[in-house]
Amino acid sequence: MDFNLNEEHKMSKKVYKEFAEKEVEPIAAEIDESCEFPAENVKKMQKADMMGIPFPQEYGGAGSDTLNYVLAVEELSRACATHGVILSAHTSLGAHPIYKYGNEKQKEKYLKPLANGEKIGAFGLTEPDAGTDASAQKTTAKLDGDEYVLNGNKIFITNAGVADIFIVMAMTDKSKGTRGISAFIVEKDTPGFTLGKKEDKMGINASDTRELIFQDCRIPKENILGKEGMGFKIAMATLDGGRIGIAAQALGIAQRALDETVQYVQEREQFGRPIGKFQGLQWEIAEMATKVEAARNLVYKAAKTKDSGESFSKEAAMAKYYASEVASEVANKAVQLHGGYGYIKEYPVERLMRDAKITEIYEGTTEVQKMVIAGSLLN
Amino acid sequence: MNIVVCVKQVPDTNEVKIDEEKGTLIREGVESIINPEDRIAVEEAVRLKEKFGGKVTVISMGPPQAENALIEAYAMGADEAILLSDRAFAGSDTWATAYTLAQGIKEIGDFDLIFCGRQAIDGDTAQVGPQVAENLNIPQITYVSNVEIEGKTVKAKRQLEDGYCILESELPLLLTVVDGLNEPRYPSIKRIVDAYNKEDTVKVWSIDDFEVDEDKLGLDASPTQVYDTFVPTHETKGEMLEGSAKEKVEKLVEKLKEEQVV
Repeated sequence: MDFNLNEEHKMSKKVYKEFAEKEVEPIAAEIDESCEFPAENVKKMQKADMMGIPFPQEYGGAGSDTLNYVLAVEELSRACATHGVILSAHTSLGAHPIYKYGNEKQKEKYLKPLANGEKIGAFGLTEPDAGTDASAQKTTAKLDGDEYVLNGNKIFITNAGVADIFIVMAMTDKSKGTRGISAFIVEKDTPGFTLGKKEDKMGINASDTRELIFQDCRIPKENILGKEGMGFKIAMATLDGGRIGIAAQALGIAQRALDETVQYVQEREQFGRPIGKFQGLQWEIAEMATKVEAARNLVYKAAKTKDSGESFSKEAAMAKYYASEVASEVANKAVQLHGGYGYIKEYPVERLMRDAKITEIYEGTTEVQKMVIAGSLLN
Repeated sequence: MNIVVCVKQVPDTNEVKIDEEKGTLIREGVESIINPEDRIAVEEAVRLKEKFGGKVTVISMGPPQAENALIEAYAMGADEAILLSDRAFAGSDTWATAYTLAQGIKEIGDFDLIFCGRQAIDGDTAQVGPQVAENLNIPQITYVSNVEIEGKTVKAKRQLEDGYCILESELPLLLTVVDGLNEPRYPSIKRIVDAYNKEDTVKVWSIDDFEVDEDKLGLDASPTQVYDTFVPTHETKGEMLEGSAKEKVEKLVEKLKEEQVV
């Protein structure tokens, strides 16, 4: 598979890199501390047409592809993983299901403002008792005249406090199990739909994560995505795509941890020479760099497979599983090689280590990725 | 309002290294960028177009890869892009460059305003803008840090080292702009996609495509020839004055008079 970026990718990457260095990096430590959502930067990303990179221009997108979108998430995450997940959740989880499963009316009404960045998207699947076992949905949707009535709770929802449009999974027919789950488009401020408090997380602090609470929330019948019973399929397919975004986020974190370490070991002197002169550390650096590059290959391959139109679940799961483990491992080593300085917040590796961990957990834990990979190999 | 912007692709000098032996820039592996003040020129032109209508044409003289600088300008909102590229232009100094650009602009024809960056970060001459204006026989205002346009009148703030002056001129006019005039936007990803999906985003003109006097092109026609480049060394010498305090003061005053300081 050819991983050479074409001219469009190269120039886009240059823009993402410059944006990340000039706009994102300067506030990364600050928003990690304040937990404040970087609303101004999201507006700037909208102006540069970064909020709908893989969607056709007729629906408000930039008209590019998954690989280009991956480059954006990677470069943003290198500067700040929070920015990476904001874009990833918005694009892959909020907008993509409408692009793939929405009818023309829904695309016009909801995909356009998402893809052109006027509105922000979020996705609600996880519940207190339905995590890895996503089929155990308790949220219900009952048809009542021209409306569905939603009841239930969704937790750990990325972008919840800032999103305008939510994709929400709910049980329309419990007797059918996973085939009784349906997907809905819910607008913020719909009566009966409220948000819980902002979660206090270990990392990606400025990402706004909350509970969605539905109490007799009535939404128009036409806001069902696809047909009744298609929800589980939509959710799984959406997560397949989302995983590529999270894998790209992990890759960005890993690359940054490596970059910081390469710089540090050449500056830090002990025993009269830079610590990078010691072979023990050189081998660590070599291992870190090789793993980051291997992760990049898997992530780009998953993106290219998706762009080719072929099935990409296995590739996405492999990319997410591997890149997230590499991110955690490399960030952990980066802290170790920075010694005491790595443990204090003045150096970015401390944040990278906290931010890396979530990539192994959300949008399917590492264990789920292994289930998906094994499932695609075994009957 | 139809606006032409001259841009130059330059190596990102933040990353550039110098080959000490040859005295030239090591360009391999160094990213090329739009000259920063040219980016400001593009931004100002696009803003004026958004306000008054019309179109923005960006023009550059350079090797084929300079196309990328023009595509970046296109992605910022320029409507048309022209690259003057021909072996005959190689080695041009500012005089030959300005002549070539001016001929290209004449071929474009219909313009009200021309923007240039004050100077390029690789050559630092600040000559091409003014020379283009001379070649086109239009007025120019250089070092511009603010632009206001009313009807056919342009009011520009000319930034000098120790102050500024406000100048007025009628269109058509050439302005060279300085850092601080505006904050250039990021290129739009959508327009980058468009640029590479269209075949003729950048029109490449060789000497056959516009009117030029071949005797005025390239290295041979350039009055400036580079004989040597070197990294300047700064040597500061101190001189100790001997004698009593009075003698030292007298000697010092003498020296200062010699140097015409007092």
